Amino acid sequence: MKKDNFNYYIKRDSNKYEVIIGLEVHAQVLSNSKLFSSSPTKFGAEPNTQVNLVDAAFPGMLPVINEFCIKQAIKTGIGLKAQINRKSVFDRKNYFYADLPQGYQISQYKYPIVGEGKIILDMPYGQKEIGIERLHLEQDAGKSIHDIDPKHTLVDLNRSGVALMEIVSKPDLRSPDEVNVYIKKLRSIMRYLGTCDGNMQEGSLRADVNISVRAEGSKEFGTRCEIKNVNSIKFMQLAINYEANRQVDLLEDGKKIDQETRLYDTKKNQTRSMRSKEDAHDYRYFPDPDLLPLELKENFIEKINLEIPELPDEKKKRFIDKYNLSPYEANILVADKETSEYFEEVIKKSDIKLATNWITGELFALLNKKNLEITQSPISPQNLSKLINLIQNGTISGKIAKTVFELMIDSDKDPKIIVEDKGLKQESDPKELEKIVLKIIATNKDKVEQYKSGKEKLFGFFVGQVMKLSEGKANPKLANDILKKKLSK
Amino acid sequence: MTIDLKTIKHISKLSRISVDNEKAKKLEGDLNSIFKFIEKLNEIKTDNIEPLTSIAETTLRLRSDEIKSGNIRDKILQNSPKENKDYFVVPKVVE
Amino acid sequence: MIEITKLSLCELIKNIKDKKISSYEITKAFVERSEKSKLLNSYITEDFKSALNKAKKFDEKPNYNLKLPGIPIAIKDLFCTFGVRTTAGSKILSNFIPSYESTVSKNMWNEGAILLGKLNCDEFAMGSSNETSFFGNVQNPISKNLVPGGSSGGSASALAANLTPATIGTDTGGSIRQPASFTGTVGLKPTYGSCSRYGIVAFASSLDQAGPMTKNVKDCALLHEVISSYDLKDSTSIDFKRKLYSKELSKNIKGKKIGIPKEYRVEGMPNEIEDLWSKGIEYVKGCGAEILEISLPYTNYALPTYYIVAPAEASSNLARYDGVKYGFRSEGKNLNDMYEKTRSEGFGNEVKRRIMIGTYVLSSGYYDAYYLKAQKIRRLIKNDFDQAYKKVDAILTPSTPSSAFKIGEKTNDPVSMYLNDIFTVPVNLAGLPAISIPAGLDKKGYPLGLQIIGKAFDEQSILNIAYAIEDNINFENNISDWWIK
Repeated sequence: MKKDNFNYYIKRDSNKYEVIIGLEVHAQVLSNSKLFSSSPTKFGAEPNTQVNLVDAAFPGMLPVINEFCIKQAIKTGIGLKAQINRKSVFDRKNYFYADLPQGYQISQYKYPIVGEGKIILDMPYGQKEIGIERLHLEQDAGKSIHDIDPKHTLVDLNRSGVALMEIVSKPDLRSPDEVNVYIKKLRSIMRYLGTCDGNMQEGSLRADVNISVRAEGSKEFGTRCEIKNVNSIKFMQLAINYEANRQVDLLEDGKKIDQETRLYDTKKNQTRSMRSKEDAHDYRYFPDPDLLPLELKENFIEKINLEIPELPDEKKKRFIDKYNLSPYEANILVADKETSEYFEEVIKKSDIKLATNWITGELFALLNKKNLEITQSPISPQNLSKLINLIQNGTISGKIAKTVFELMIDSDKDPKIIVEDKGLKQESDPKELEKIVLKIIATNKDKVEQYKSGKEKLFGFFVGQVMKLSEGKANPKLANDILKKKLSK
Repeated sequence: MTIDLKTIKHISKLSRISVDNEKAKKLEGDLNSIFKFIEKLNEIKTDNIEPLTSIAETTLRLRSDEIKSGNIRDKILQNSPKENKDYFVVPKVVE
Repeated sequence: MIEITKLSLCELIKNIKDKKISSYEITKAFVERSEKSKLLNSYITEDFKSALNKAKKFDEKPNYNLKLPGIPIAIKDLFCTFGVRTTAGSKILSNFIPSYESTVSKNMWNEGAILLGKLNCDEFAMGSSNETSFFGNVQNPISKNLVPGGSSGGSASALAANLTPATIGTDTGGSIRQPASFTGTVGLKPTYGSCSRYGIVAFASSLDQAGPMTKNVKDCALLHEVISSYDLKDSTSIDFKRKLYSKELSKNIKGKKIGIPKEYRVEGMPNEIEDLWSKGIEYVKGCGAEILEISLPYTNYALPTYYIVAPAEASSNLARYDGVKYGFRSEGKNLNDMYEKTRSEGFGNEVKRRIMIGTYVLSSGYYDAYYLKAQKIRRLIKNDFDQAYKKVDAILTPSTPSSAFKIGEKTNDPVSMYLNDIFTVPVNLAGLPAISIPAGLDKKGYPLGLQIIGKAFDEQSILNIAYAIEDNINFENNISDWWIK
């Protein structure tokens, strides 16, 4: 693949602006119960049925921390090649809102559980390292529903208290594309680890985007704005584009950019200001006196380290080294742990090249069309492997294989059986093929003459005729060879 | 450190307690006398002292990830000032 | 004819176990006396009918293996009680009926005790005279128009007036010990983490502790044994080997070293307090213990430290009272308006003052100068005690700088009210246990208390020392039942 150059700039006449982006991703931790209470965390339950007295902040209720959520945060930190802080503190972030029953959120301020780390992005212009500032644990808030009752807001506290990991990147991102790759990579790492399912439609992954602009070549950062709660990558990209242009327009007009929080309006494709300066929140962070500092023992962290599976970057390197895949191919196959596992199952007994093509080609197209995950694939890796072997050993041609593949979708039957039942074995007996070729030559004497006198394009016609006469079963390579031989006489 | 009316208005906003001008004046007096009393702490140098945030001499107890509660919607909503069998109901938020 | 309501907790238990009186008779006696004593305003919520039913049930199937078999007890209205209104002395919870029970009160019911009712207290435990309650002032049974102390004023008053044989209160800066001193009763604040805070309306999380309030030390040891437990639902609850405090109660304190902190001799301290303290020192010596002068250099900074830390934590703990989920709500034109009206109308002046102080000291630009600084000084105060405890086993001080004052005497000056806690507050900051026992009367005839502070988790030692000198002091409350017509 040709190496492109990075080229996302906002241009105005002769001025060129760079866009500086930092992301604060909120990732819901996969766990059975909430961070500080034992209520369930499943998505989509009836309102207020996954709420207990602690979640609803009744008088006298107290938080008790979920060990598994701590482990999930540490795992994620290891996946981000980050510093695991042996001591961290939970702080209260104080503000008032209808879906915040305590009147404060338990979060981490000065001493988060995970420190600096990094994520590597594979961009068309090369690899890029994005720094991670920190990761901390905090409570999610409930949901405020504004559009059921015209005069009132309804509050559902099911989500209140679910564990969130807030992952803060350094302001190292420079384009909507980089944001896309970053989110996907982060998501992939967490799904590999089983610490977050990364499902943006269900809200298990949300991001706040911090964005500023500066003239290309400038070393100083411009004033940044925060776009809150963008819940899809597409909207993030649109919001960044709009906001970057808005800021550049202001600067070009000689105006100042106000540091503020903004919301992205998906219908109008605009960002608009959310809070005025006077209403700026003063969160009055202080260590939560209902909890103690979290002190992690070495063997606690060690045990977690042993549970870390092979992560995307390592797996990619292994696939390239061991299976001789290109970085592009490897990237596709490791993006999703389940895909890499499917692939490795298939190649246990099959050709790697064919496996790569069939998985990234036919199989992905099928899954996309039917909106399925690879774990829901109607064709098992074992059967796909058998299909590939049938091609490999010449039993069927690649073209026939596609037919067999379609037939496998409904039943995931052993392809060997399908080939038998439908008589799809390719014809590879040279004697039989010769019979067919001679027949075609005999019945198309004029075309043969034309071909022999130079119309080379007609070869395709003969190939087509062979296929037709053999009902598609002729072994293409053999048929071609025999055709060539017979036509050159 | 003296607390003025502007500060009182600011704090009352942060703590969501409305204060009319008369009450604010009285508060100003009270808070200033309390703060004069608190100012005594400035007499001590504390640069290298570790703050004591937790008096409990123990480590944070970790709970296992089991579901032990929930599905008590009636109980959760029964003390609600505005009746509704599924949700808490509040006046509209002004964005 | 034994006057049931004059008996101590242990005497009542013995009588029940000996089958001399029934639970119903005991409960009826306390109910009747309580009903005659409404002038004291010790109760916020009475649960008499239910109590009598429970007593009847107990008598039908008595279990004498329990530690508080069939004993009726009224408790401070800060403990959430299942199905019984819990108000924290506030308008904002004036209609709140919990669907759950606090661990501490549950421990008592599990040992056979019966809820008589909920006792008055300063609003959200903020006060030293029970004059900030939404439900009105409480009278000290010692004399008319005298405050009982606070915040557990209703508890102390009911106890001293024999409306309940024992009770439990909470102590954040002295709210058990100070009213105990003002009413001539015994009050224990346990080591922080000894009693669970689950189900107790929170005031200042790093300072709050529930504790027993009783007529004598033996009762106190028993009640503490019942309520102190390790609770998984409270992350600040501590798992340590809890003694059978009543079983191991002993008057033998020979060889114990008792410290006398020179900084507690405050300027302008009334002579009576000095005299009481000296008497206490003599009693202790008389029991074979040794007296040592010690120094707690940061003592004078304890009150200002407390009045930063406690309001800061309270401002956050009280944020949940927003009219959304439970309690009082004042309708507003939008969410913020509702919050502001609800909290402005629902909270009393002292609570509002403290929320404001707390909000301010945590606010941007002031956190380091106030809250962080206070937490550092808190460490210095704790260090003082740690150092002292290298030399002594316990510390003896007066409980309060004066006896009970008149209702209305200090309500105009918040700071003079705060000074009531001068001897008690350092103990909460250091998380230590301390007990107040009545030790004498001032010239007005009002009770004064002595405080014994112990090492962390060493409630047994201070109970024993208190037990020993209680005997020598031989204090008796002169209550004339003036409120009963």
